[in-house]
Order: sequence, then structure tokens, then C-alpha cells
Amino acid sequence: MVLAPVASGRVNELRRVLASMNGLPGTADPHNALIPFAQFETLHFARLLVLEDETLDDITKYGLPRVNYPTYLAFLADFDGDASAFVDELLLKAGGGVTRIFSYCEGFEPTADLRHWIEAHRASPATAYVNLIGRTSRQVSEEAALHDSLVSYVAQNSANLKSMSPGSAHQAMAQYVRGEQHAGRLTLTSMAATPLAWRLRNFVNLVGVPLVLLLLTPILLIYLPFFLIQLRWHEKNDPEIAPRITPAHAHQLAILEDHDVTNQFSAMGSLKPGVFRRWTLVFILWVIDYTARHIYGRGRLARVSTIHFARWVFLDNKKRLLFASNYDGSLESYMDDFINKVGFGLNVVFGNGIGYPRTRFLLLDGAKDEQKFKYVLRRHELATEVWYNAHPGLTALDRHRNMLIREGLEKPAMSDEEARLWLQLI
Amino acid sequence: MANPVDYSDVQGLLRFGYNSLTEATFLLLRIRDAAAASAWIAAAPITNAIELDQAPATALQIAITRQGLEALRVPANVIAGLADEFISGMCGEENRSRRLGDIGANAPEYWRWGVGEKIPQVLAMLYARKGQLASFAETIKGPSWQVAFDVLDALPTSDLQGVEPFGFTDGISQPTLDWRQLRTAATQAVYTNDSCLGEFLLGYQNEYGRYTDRPLLPATASNAGLLDAPDAPGMRDLGRNGTYLVFRQLQQDVRGFWQFVNGQAKGDTPARERLAGAMVGRTRQGDPLEMASGAIAGVGKSMPSNQFNYDSDADGRRCPFGAHIRRANPRNADFPAGTSGLFSELLHNLGFTKVGFREDIMSSTRFHRLLRRGREYGPGLSTEQALQPDYPDSQEHGINFICLNANISRQFEFVQGAWLMNTKFNGMNGESDPLLGNRQPIPGCPVTSSFLIPQEHGVARRVEGLPRFVTVRGGAYFFLPGLRALKFLCSYAKPSADEDKIRAVN
Repeated sequence: MVLAPVASGRVNELRRVLASMNGLPGTADPHNALIPFAQFETLHFARLLVLEDETLDDITKYGLPRVNYPTYLAFLADFDGDASAFVDELLLKAGGGVTRIFSYCEGFEPTADLRHWIEAHRASPATAYVNLIGRTSRQVSEEAALHDSLVSYVAQNSANLKSMSPGSAHQAMAQYVRGEQHAGRLTLTSMAATPLAWRLRNFVNLVGVPLVLLLLTPILLIYLPFFLIQLRWHEKNDPEIAPRITPAHAHQLAILEDHDVTNQFSAMGSLKPGVFRRWTLVFILWVIDYTARHIYGRGRLARVSTIHFARWVFLDNKKRLLFASNYDGSLESYMDDFINKVGFGLNVVFGNGIGYPRTRFLLLDGAKDEQKFKYVLRRHELATEVWYNAHPGLTALDRHRNMLIREGLEKPAMSDEEARLWLQLI
Repeated sequence: MANPVDYSDVQGLLRFGYNSLTEATFLLLRIRDAAAASAWIAAAPITNAIELDQAPATALQIAITRQGLEALRVPANVIAGLADEFISGMCGEENRSRRLGDIGANAPEYWRWGVGEKIPQVLAMLYARKGQLASFAETIKGPSWQVAFDVLDALPTSDLQGVEPFGFTDGISQPTLDWRQLRTAATQAVYTNDSCLGEFLLGYQNEYGRYTDRPLLPATASNAGLLDAPDAPGMRDLGRNGTYLVFRQLQQDVRGFWQFVNGQAKGDTPARERLAGAMVGRTRQGDPLEMASGAIAGVGKSMPSNQFNYDSDADGRRCPFGAHIRRANPRNADFPAGTSGLFSELLHNLGFTKVGFREDIMSSTRFHRLLRRGREYGPGLSTEQALQPDYPDSQEHGINFICLNANISRQFEFVQGAWLMNTKFNGMNGESDPLLGNRQPIPGCPVTSSFLIPQEHGVARRVEGLPRFVTVRGGAYFFLPGLRALKFLCSYAKPSADEDKIRAVN
């Protein structure tokens, strides 16, 4: 993510430039003149938005003065491979457009080295979630084409396939796909090996985090009773700020949503004041990041299978937090999952934000106060000015199914029972 | 009971379907004169929810749109306490139309009513025993009717004996309302048909154990007629004993339906019945499709056709995943089947259990239930008649779909958008509801008109090219207030002295 303060008085101009990148409201034209997203083969999702927080007055409920944080421009992209390779490609294919966009930011000199500027303005997420770690954008496209091709094959040959055993049907379809590949109508690129450097880093994290936790355990255990006392005190005294959002704000968000089966969500807010909440959240996001890397990157975030990518990014010396995700379905169904399936997960993070519905021991209540929770979420939601999805119409579950189809196809032989289950996917 | 229901304050439709009142008409009204309309509504013999020894001979219910409240001069700050969806309206936001599937031929621009000047302000629902509707309508209208209202439309209904126009028994599955408020909101490991009262009636606890937002007014002498808010001391509850009423006029292409199904079945009658049954998810008589039956909490013994869920049909071989009734009510609990005990729930919550491709992707249904009160319209058309190319069929067929719910976005809009219209429902692809789908392409999915029937062998039967069988002809969101609240809402528009004088002169 690239994050840069917008030069004062230029937010509206910037918004107009961003809007010029769109085909539909909020949805990028893949071939727009500034950043032609369609040309980036490794890209899954991208967004550009202005981080203008309308809830900065909330802190006055604590008797503290409002802080006028900068209004930022944020550029987020979810891509395969290294960041430096993506930046190279960005400079090559959209150097002019990116320069134009960043020229609305403070201290940007069009003559300065763009790469250097981007590097200087990169913000790393505290936590990043990927639905399926290692599945490339190219793989998503190829497997979707495979699925479509098999669907039409089955439609044309259903009588024939039903007369075979499921195992033989699997063989027949594998043979058909080989023929299609041979004829150049289907491509299934074999998966590139995971780079050694990535695997090493991942391993260090896999072992390192529990090791650090283990070392910290004595201190954490001693601190735990004090932590709980502090926590309960805060939970009883922190104000809830959950008014209904204005019709104008609701409309501004609604025009951007539900054009595709996948939607974007961006929200920001301030942490509750004081070091207690700040370090609690740092610790929690550190642990969630670990679980996202090593446990959840296989298609589901706890019980939720509709999130493609999500990230939590600290801003302004950990005084504020940005959350950005790509999810399937409407916001109402996203919030339904939040409340009914992973309420505890929302509570442990956003419970440290100003105004959140009252939690109990950080895990309980909070999101279960359904309407207040929805108001708070909507109130902190930002209009995502430009959003790009490389694979519109494909839910995370579609992508998962297509991958299972391909994996099954590449098995040399299947028992009839295995094959029957595999055939059900098509 | 801490918060007993005063049935005399609840409109009867919440408790009764008035099935023995086989004649009905729905009057869509615009207010001509606010004071006269207020006086008429306040004096109208609206039927309450007290259970009588014998069903009444007639019934009248009144509901109002946001535009109606404005016309009755209800202040904006009072209206602002009602739900956002109600205030915005069924077609008030393009985003809502996208989610509800009101695009293409279903787009509001083609509606006969419910848009712009044709948004009804008041809905008067008249029910009567056979042969008594016309006289009932005359009686209740009275002399001030003409002064008070313009009739935008009088939607007729017809009595098809509990069968909807395609020929299937309708209205079988209804939630059981916990009128006695014995149910506490708690995690449900097993599907139940019981619903907390607050899901359907404002001013009572809902499935989250909370009170759905509604207008609460500081207690003053002028609102002394209202009940107190149970959750906010010193406040009067304008929502209490009221709910929201969703109305959609849905035209059904009965001939198109049967001709398509017959074509797919190549004219074979049993195959035709099987396919149509698979699309609906029930046989014509209303029986679920070979579903393992078992006791379901909240379903009476007299309703065997409702004693089932889909736990025994995880691969959709008995009832296709896309069948209408499986979309409209997937009969899910809070956890997937087989989860029992705190430890098992904890593992599930953390996502540490191995789950299959389709497992645990659906929402729990107890937060998304609807109380249906619709009525059919148009003459009945048998399948044989529908299949005759030259059978005279000049009249329209359809259903005036009506449902009640306390939270429109979480209940009606969720069921319609996330389940019925969703082309990606339950891990599927390229389908929408076989009966209600609009078949419109969406970005990246040019085809949404398929219907998949999973088969024993593994290769599913894919029915392709389903035409649109149902077209939206109009719709609106209404507030169906409690009777005290309704009288209170009619207290803002008093005839001014000037108006009285003018009337006296005339």
C-alpha cells in the first residue's frame, strides 16, 4: 500500500481525477488511461481512495481535543510475487498516470525519482489475509476457463458420460482437457515453485512467532490479571458512538456497491486513546497475522469463505487503523457473517476502536449488538473511489471450486466414489 | 411475562392469514385531503389480533408508506426513527434494485405502480367471506372517502384454494411466532421454526435479544395514547405492535412455465411433474422431495410437510440446491449439522474443522425469516390448459406477494438478494431462483438462466435457458402500525379553522 498526504485544498481535484478512471461508479475501467489495470497479469484487486475520516470529533467524547490528521491518498494492490517487481511494472505501464495521481500529494515533485517516492511512502499492513496463499491471478483465469470448458463438454456429452462409471467419466474428461490444451484452447500453466526466499521468511515467521510468545509467556501470565482489570474498566467506561448514518453518506456508499458479485470494503477510525488499547491491538493484530499466514490461507478465514483479500494497516503512529477487504455478496450478508460467524474476531480488533459497541472480555457482545454494530461499520466506511477486480463474476468459492476441479483433473486415476464427488463440482 | 402483548393493539394480519375470508382486495391510495384521510383512518374499523371463537366475516388492515406519513404531516424527525429501507422505499436507491433483482424487465421504470407519483401513500387491505366483499367495501368507505383519498389502483385477488398460479400448494412454511415470549435469544445448534417475537413485531426482543430500532418519542401529554417503550424509560413507543409490510405484485407466466417444463420433459407427464417439482422443491401437493423427516421445533404435528431440514441431503440429490424453497429457507442452524457441544462449536468458530466445499457457507436462517401473507390474483389455469396452444388466456395471473418483518434489510432484502436472486447462492454458478429469477447477465457471468439438478452418478443434469417466469409489476414498503400508533399518526393533520370555514361555505 502506498500512502501519501493529499496537498491541502486539492482533495476535490484528486477525486475528479480518480473518478475519471472509472467505467461504472467506483468500478475502474480496466483499460483506463491512468493505470490500465488489465495489463497487469499478476494483479488480483486494486483500489485508490481518499482517506478522509469524518469521525475525528469522536475523541472529544473522552475530553480530548480533535486531532486533524492529514487526509491521505491510499493506493492498494493485491498481486502475485514481489512488491519490487510490481512497482517496476507499474512504472513501466503507468508511470505517467501514477505521476499524475501522486502530483496531488504533499511534497511530490514530478521530476523526482518515482520509484524512490513510492518506496518512501509504502505502508505495511499489520495483518494481511489472503484467501488462498499462492494461487496466482493467472491460475484463477486459467481455472475459470477450464471450468467453463468442462461445463460445455458435459452439456454436450451428458448421455455418454452417464453411461460410464464415474471413474471412467473422469478419465474421459481428463482426455478431453488434454486435447483442448493440445489445440491451444485451454492453458493450465504448471504452478511455479515458491521462491526460496519467501519460504525462508515464512518459516522464520512460523517458528519465530511462537518462540517469541513462549518467551513472553511468563510476563504475559503475570500481567494477565492486571490486563483483565484494566480491560474491564475500559469496557465499562468507553463510550459507544453509534448514530445512524446520514442518507447522503448511505447513498454515496450505495452507488458504488453491488455492480459485481464481489464488493470492496474500506473503513477507518481512531483507536481508543491511551497505550492500553494501542498495545492490545498491536499484539492482537500480530497474532491474527500469524494465523492468517499459517492457518487460514486455505480458503476460509475462520468460518468465512467469502473474503478474497483483507488487510489492517496502522496509520499515524498507531493512532488510527484502516481496514480494507474484497468480499462476495452484499454488505448486508458480509455483516451477517461478521455478526453471526466471526463476531469475536471483529470484537478483538475493532473493539479497540472509538465508538464500537460495548464488548465483554474483548471477545463477547460487541458485534452481537446487531444494529449498533452495523451503524458503526457503515459510519466508518469510506467511499472507495476506484476499485479494480481482475476477475469479476468469480466469487472466492468459485475460485476454490475451479481449483478443486483442476486438482482432481490432474490426478492420474480416481476411485468411483472420489470421481463421483469430483463430478459434483462441475 | 414482563412485556405481554396487547392483542387489541396489533393488526390482525400479524397473527392470522384470514384464509376463511376468501375474497380480498388491496386498495392503493393517494391522500387527497390530509385531515379527512386522518379522520377516516382513525375511525376505520381495523381488525385487531384478538382471537375470536369464530373467524370474523370481514377484516380491514391499514398500512402506510413514508410518502403517506409525510402526507399525513407526520414530522420528519418522527419518520426518521423508522427503518432506512422504509424511508428510502423499495425502488428509492438503484443499489437496492440491483440487490432485489429489479433490473431488466423487472426494473421500476416498467412498474405499474410504486414509482414517483404512483407510489401509494396508504394501503387498505379488505378481506371478506365469499360474496361479501363489495358490500363490505361500500360500508367502510362512508361519505368522507371521496374527500380523503384517490384510488391509485384496486388490486383484485382470487381464491385458488391455497394453490399458487403455477399449480403448487403455497404458504406451507411459516415461522412460528413466540407470542408468549418464552424463547430466549441463544445459539441454535439445530434448526428451529420458532422465532422471537421481535423478528416480526417492533417493541419486543428479536433473535439477538435486542429491540429493533423504531421511533421513540419523549413522553408528553400529546402522545399519552402511545404505549411505553420497554427498553427506554420515559419514552413512548411509536413502533410497538407494528411491523413493516413488503408488497410486491408479481405476474406469473403460467403458460410459459409449463410450456418450458413440458419441452424439457419432451411431453412426458411424469418427467414434467418431476422437473417442476425439482424447481419448486416440493410436489404439487406440497410434500418435500423425499426428505428425511424428523421433528422440527416449532412445527406442529399437523404440518408433516414442514417437518424436515436439508441435513440429510448434503449433496442436493433429493432436493436441488437451487430449488425455490431451498433458496427461500435453507433451514440452517447457527452451526453446520453435527456440531454439538461447546468444544465442537469452538473448533468451528476458529475454523479448525475440516469442511467440504459446500459446508458451512450459508447463513443461519433464524435471522432471515418472513411471515408471508400474499394472495393470488387472476383466474386459475390448469397445466393442461396452459399447454393448449389456443386456450383463451387473456387475463393476467400472479401473486400479490406480501410479507411482514421487523427488519426489512435483514429479513426480506436478505432473503430476496442473498438467497433468491443470488447467482452464486450456495456455491452455485450461473443460476438464480428457478421461479423468480430475472435471468439478467451480471459482470463476468453472461448466463444466469441455468438450473442444476444433482444426480446419483455425479454428473448433474443442467437445465439451460430458463425464461423469465415472473415479472415485477409494482411494489412498496409499508409500515403496518399498531392501532394506538396508527391513531397517533393520524393526529398531526387536524383540519384548520380556515379549512372548516371553506367547507362550511361549500
